[in-house]
Amino acid sequence: MEFIQDLMTYGFLQKAFITSIMVGVICGVIGSFIVLRGMALMGDAISHAILPGVAISYMLGINYFYGAVATGVLTAFGIGAISQNSRIKNDSSIGIVFSAFFALGIILITQAKSATDLTQILFGNVLSVRTSDMWLTLVIGAIVILVVILFFKELLVSSFDETMAAAYGLKTRLIHYGIMFLLTLVTVASLQTVGVILVVSLLITPASTAYLLTNRLSIMVVLASFFGAMSSIIGLYFSFLYNMPSGPVIALAATALFVVALLFSPKQGIVVSKFRSKSKRKPMVN
Amino acid sequence: MVDPITVEHISVSYDGNEVVKDISFSFKASSLIGVLGPNGAGKSTLMKAMLGLIHKDCGSVKLGSKSIDEMRKQIAYVPQRSNIDWSFPIVVKDTVLLGTYPKVGLLRRPKKADKEWAMECLKQVGMEEFANRQISELSGGQQQRVFLARALAQKADYFFLDEPFVGIDVSSEEVIIDILRKLKEAGKIVFVVHHDLSKVKNYFDDLVLINKELIDAGPVNKVFQAENMTKAYNRQFMFDGLEVSM
Repeated sequence: MEFIQDLMTYGFLQKAFITSIMVGVICGVIGSFIVLRGMALMGDAISHAILPGVAISYMLGINYFYGAVATGVLTAFGIGAISQNSRIKNDSSIGIVFSAFFALGIILITQAKSATDLTQILFGNVLSVRTSDMWLTLVIGAIVILVVILFFKELLVSSFDETMAAAYGLKTRLIHYGIMFLLTLVTVASLQTVGVILVVSLLITPASTAYLLTNRLSIMVVLASFFGAMSSIIGLYFSFLYNMPSGPVIALAATALFVVALLFSPKQGIVVSKFRSKSKRKPMVN
Repeated sequence: MVDPITVEHISVSYDGNEVVKDISFSFKASSLIGVLGPNGAGKSTLMKAMLGLIHKDCGSVKLGSKSIDEMRKQIAYVPQRSNIDWSFPIVVKDTVLLGTYPKVGLLRRPKKADKEWAMECLKQVGMEEFANRQISELSGGQQQRVFLARALAQKADYFFLDEPFVGIDVSSEEVIIDILRKLKEAGKIVFVVHHDLSKVKNYFDDLVLINKELIDAGPVNKVFQAENMTKAYNRQFMFDGLEVSM
């Protein structure tokens, strides 16, 4: 295939390819926990809220990583502070904090740089990945995967039954903020591939697809990573061949995989269960 | 020998309303204790406050001379069934295996011996043939038995069960009460939040009767008396009494 030949030839395409796969994998890993802990909206919030951090980093001329992580962490604590110290419900405080951060980010970016940069940050441009971005993504990826492997047991029990975990002495709040921190890292790593607005699709959709296909968390995490990587490779392919922004293509690829699982998954599939209930009825007629 | 549990002056409030008021009691090793009271009496809240799972205004819990935080690994907690996400991707045997986590410790994996112990606990509740089922594919009673097996797997000294008998079948109920009795005989201290009055005398040896404040605590025969019950249940209990004449 021509694409594979190009992949061998062009250095920028190789960088984009490696970055895409890593982003897909770590979004699937962290996304699995986000989905199971009912924190989908939080994933959306963190990804939007890192925008002012990116803008401020531009202005100061430092790597966008530092600013993004700082505002991401600030958002996680801000949301926690509002929902714990007032009668505002959690989802509302998420909405309040992240829309404010996002708005601030857009103003800062339009002030600091041209509008093309804004589009890239919002919707992703995987082909513009530089060597330093690739290494950043690989390092973040290694950290995320290592932490999840080392603390898999604790992540499992606190996601499934937080009260029991706290009763036997796990620091469940620390785990919550730990996941928020990893989520921020993953979002920053995904910035160039999917863009701020659509990171949530790579976090939530592959993990949800995997959720439909298995009864084991470990398998769910692996499947989610696989679907995430598939989606981003498809995104890269279309982005390269048809000059499309990579984020939207990735989001739609992830959705397509999800729809297939929703219809045909052996256990939960809508089509399969209809078929099964019909074949069950047959012997009763005979 | 399991150290006695001493609860002193526990108070809890939500949004300025006191839902648990100044409750104190103490029980020795080898006790099976029902925590009893009408709806909204603060039974689950009291249990969670004892375990330090929610903020309490004041009060302390001692296990012997130690605080709860020093004894966390000796505590097994079984939440209300309604608080569990039953569609979570986990099968029965892995759910029970969670019970071994506290003693397996950080950065370690459960070993073969841990897995065998989890299966042994699953056998004790008569659920071994369901080991590979996803937990939503069980009846309410079976789910409760699996969670009891998880608590057994913890090899704890103190057990706290929140409404384990709600919405379960008779045979599961028998299995569960049988195991709770065995735990008691093995010298453990077992607390059970409970609201069905009909079987109180058959189930428990001791009671903590509350309605926001402590009505009485001690042996069933002493606590489960008309005067106490009227105090705890107000009109609710009178309605039960009047049922025959109506």
